[in-house]
Amino acid sequence: MSRVDHAEASSKFIEAKDHADFHDKRLWDLRKKRDSESEAMPEWEALRTLASAIKEHTLTHLGDYLEQFEKNATANGMIVHWARDAAEHNQIVHAILEQHGATTLVKSKSMLTDECEMRPFLENRGIEIVETDLGERIQQLDDEPPSHIVVPAVHKLRGDVAEVFGRTIGTDATNTDVPYLAESQRRHTRPYYLKAGAAMTGANFAIAETGSFVVCTNEGNADLGANLPPLHIASIGIEKLLPKVEHLGVFVRMLSRSALGSPITQITSHFRAPRPGTEMHVVLVDNGRSERLGMEDFWYSLKCIRCGACMNTCPVYRRSGGLSYGSTYSGPIGVIIDPTFNLRKYSSLPFASTLNGSCTSVCPVKINIHEQIYKWREVIAKRHQLPMVKKEAMRVAGKVLASPKLYRAAVEAAAAGLEHLPRFLVYNPFNAWGRQREVPSAPASTFRQWYVANRGGER
Amino acid sequence: MKVALFIPCYVDAFFPEVGIATLELLERLGCEVDYPLDQTCCGQPMANSGCHEDAHDTEALFARNFAGYDYIVTPSGSCAHHVRDQMTAIEQTPAVQAVRRNTRELVEFLHDVLGVREFPWAEFPHKVGLHIGCATLRGLREAKASEIDEPAFSKPGRLLSAVKGLEFVQPERPDECCGFGGTFSVFEEPVSAKMGHDKVEDHHQAGAEYIVSPDMSCVMHQQGCARRAGLPLKFIHIAQVLNGARA
Amino acid sequence: MNSRAHILARVRRNQPPWRALPEIPSFERPLADPWAAFAKALARMGGSVAVPTEGVALDALISARFPQARVICSATPEVTGTRAMSTVGAPAELDDVDVGVVRAAFGVAETGSVWLSEREFGINVLGFLSQHLVVLLDPRSIVPDLHHAYRHPGFREARYAVFMTGPSATADIEGVLVRGAQGIRTLTVIPIAGADPRSTKQQGRTA
Repeated sequence: MSRVDHAEASSKFIEAKDHADFHDKRLWDLRKKRDSESEAMPEWEALRTLASAIKEHTLTHLGDYLEQFEKNATANGMIVHWARDAAEHNQIVHAILEQHGATTLVKSKSMLTDECEMRPFLENRGIEIVETDLGERIQQLDDEPPSHIVVPAVHKLRGDVAEVFGRTIGTDATNTDVPYLAESQRRHTRPYYLKAGAAMTGANFAIAETGSFVVCTNEGNADLGANLPPLHIASIGIEKLLPKVEHLGVFVRMLSRSALGSPITQITSHFRAPRPGTEMHVVLVDNGRSERLGMEDFWYSLKCIRCGACMNTCPVYRRSGGLSYGSTYSGPIGVIIDPTFNLRKYSSLPFASTLNGSCTSVCPVKINIHEQIYKWREVIAKRHQLPMVKKEAMRVAGKVLASPKLYRAAVEAAAAGLEHLPRFLVYNPFNAWGRQREVPSAPASTFRQWYVANRGGER
Repeated sequence: MKVALFIPCYVDAFFPEVGIATLELLERLGCEVDYPLDQTCCGQPMANSGCHEDAHDTEALFARNFAGYDYIVTPSGSCAHHVRDQMTAIEQTPAVQAVRRNTRELVEFLHDVLGVREFPWAEFPHKVGLHIGCATLRGLREAKASEIDEPAFSKPGRLLSAVKGLEFVQPERPDECCGFGGTFSVFEEPVSAKMGHDKVEDHHQAGAEYIVSPDMSCVMHQQGCARRAGLPLKFIHIAQVLNGARA
Repeated sequence: MNSRAHILARVRRNQPPWRALPEIPSFERPLADPWAAFAKALARMGGSVAVPTEGVALDALISARFPQARVICSATPEVTGTRAMSTVGAPAELDDVDVGVVRAAFGVAETGSVWLSEREFGINVLGFLSQHLVVLLDPRSIVPDLHHAYRHPGFREARYAVFMTGPSATADIEGVLVRGAQGIRTLTVIPIAGADPRSTKQQGRTA
């Protein structure tokens, strides 16, 4: 499997100037909205600390909470399944659909189902799947993965959406009015809710105490799906557990504020038992999570509540777009969990970062994202996944900088080089620095030379 | 107190005036400052690339050069942050731990250790955009980061507010990373350059004549962008301003 | 070893050292005027308020507000509407409902949310298939914030419980806010004290 080349992908993204500028501004706006909410709440930082501690407690007792959840969910009338990996998840879902003779599935947003690559699996087995979240639907119709976990089509402008809809659901491709486009999707999707044999949702939180799960949305699509067909399947990552209902007070208060800068999503639904005469299935999914739990440096990533705040604040993400990460999970959270799925494929991602730490500061559950990015770099270097060029550069740097004599020679040569080399030698395609920046000017002497000349040398 | 001066490689090579201003400023404030002549680098470039084995010897040299001082002062937030929080490629002997503990970025040293608040010799009658590098801001916590809901504070801002004639202007994104990021600037050049250009444009739109920063690495990158873009922005290190530079 | 046992074994083997569960402190903030705070939050989220007028029946108020509505389906006996919930068979029959009417169990001032469960909906999908939703809300039932809200016994009793906060919405296309995405296009709260929604007079169903 070939490595994702984030830098190359980002270069293309930036070239599309209108799209890139909009993308950056739109996500920065979400970051500012988050700030307005956090500033309006005196207990914001206290809630972050609480949310982090609740998640850490839960993860360190996860076995017990999973069993408690299963016991209570089953007593409520839900059917609970366990999937070790993506393949098993897909097989379980397929088996449930087959059992019920369901051939049309409406689904709301679930990154987990994307992670498991469920859609192609089911489509190859004759199931028609309709993504109902507007952003996910746009991406499905365009045969492109979602680029952001909360706003999946944030990288598209209205003209792009008009083109996609015109091509696929028969709208007027020249009409780029946003309400018209949204209304078109509403009308096109609605019949599917009414006739679908099954609905799928994800879950933002699963409560052990009551055997219930929570789905936070804005559009109404998840609840149309969950309350119409006679079969509701919920895919839930095992890390979504929370101990008690009261903890939702903390997490629901933080989720939408962090994601979109609104106090709550328009619809926050709590599912505890199936409607009479219907079936509700929960698929608890591991797919590498239990292994990540045992990684001393990286298990904190399991606290993630999928708010996307880290993506909104990340200056690199905003200027490269989620698709440049080549994974279901992009941005800062993607950078620290993707290497657990495939170290080689995602080995460039931890370097798609300046380690500025803004992500860590906005994370509602205080994941130390930028510190984990730093640690992943060490893992990648140790496991020989660094590009040759970088590996060599660091080896040479390590030797030169460890020797006062070699260091002085290099510094003086660099300064002299800048002074004397013709411009075309300094600014050429091999000098990445010089593509869009001037290099520093050469001073008359280095600091050390000045010190020796003016302050008398040896101490 | 015995103070040693650590000058990062890019300051040594390209911005010696920053080192000179730092030294002069510390001496003006009554410090006796040594400059160990065999110093090189703190090891950050290798460590930040994950190459901790390659960082080992450089870090060991740093620890040897700076042993025995009460404080090691450096005009670089990212270097100070690396030494204090990430210099772990070498064995953590008591001596090494002491060197790490005692390393301070210049502003921290002035603000926290010397407790300086006045710079009567300083005057800088210009509109200033203050840029605090991310390691200095979120690593060393020298100012309130915009993400965190806490009372406002800024150590560099506090010191600069004592400089006659200096007027702060606020860019739209006061603490968005400028995109230097060490080797990021080369290996992720497209995004790095875009971030740098956005940053200097933001300061320019805010009316800044000068960008003043405790972080010359960021400055080097922003200056490169500004010059290429033909923006009339000038750049200067905080040490130079506090030491009395007029321009 | 089946998957359940396999997963639980791996989880237990890998669990890091125990961390304690923190107590959630009380963020008590006495609300001078819960209704005003609620109404403000509701407006921010795109919801509206229709204050009942002396002498005007709720049915008349709703018809006046939605003059084009042909199908008004109420899950609360306080409003008659044009279609009785008791006559509805399958949930999909609610597809043509212009205005759904419910009484919420309580409201939340912090967010402008109303709480509804299968008891309040009669048929759950009334809250999503209807083009518009009218929600009767007793102002005395408004709690200050979500911490309070989550103490409600409904979370342990209801099969399905939802906080609805304004109409459905999306900003997925270029960040342009569209109110009325796939669910209800508008949500109108009528502040009016009423019978206990758990009373036997309620004629809704539990699906």
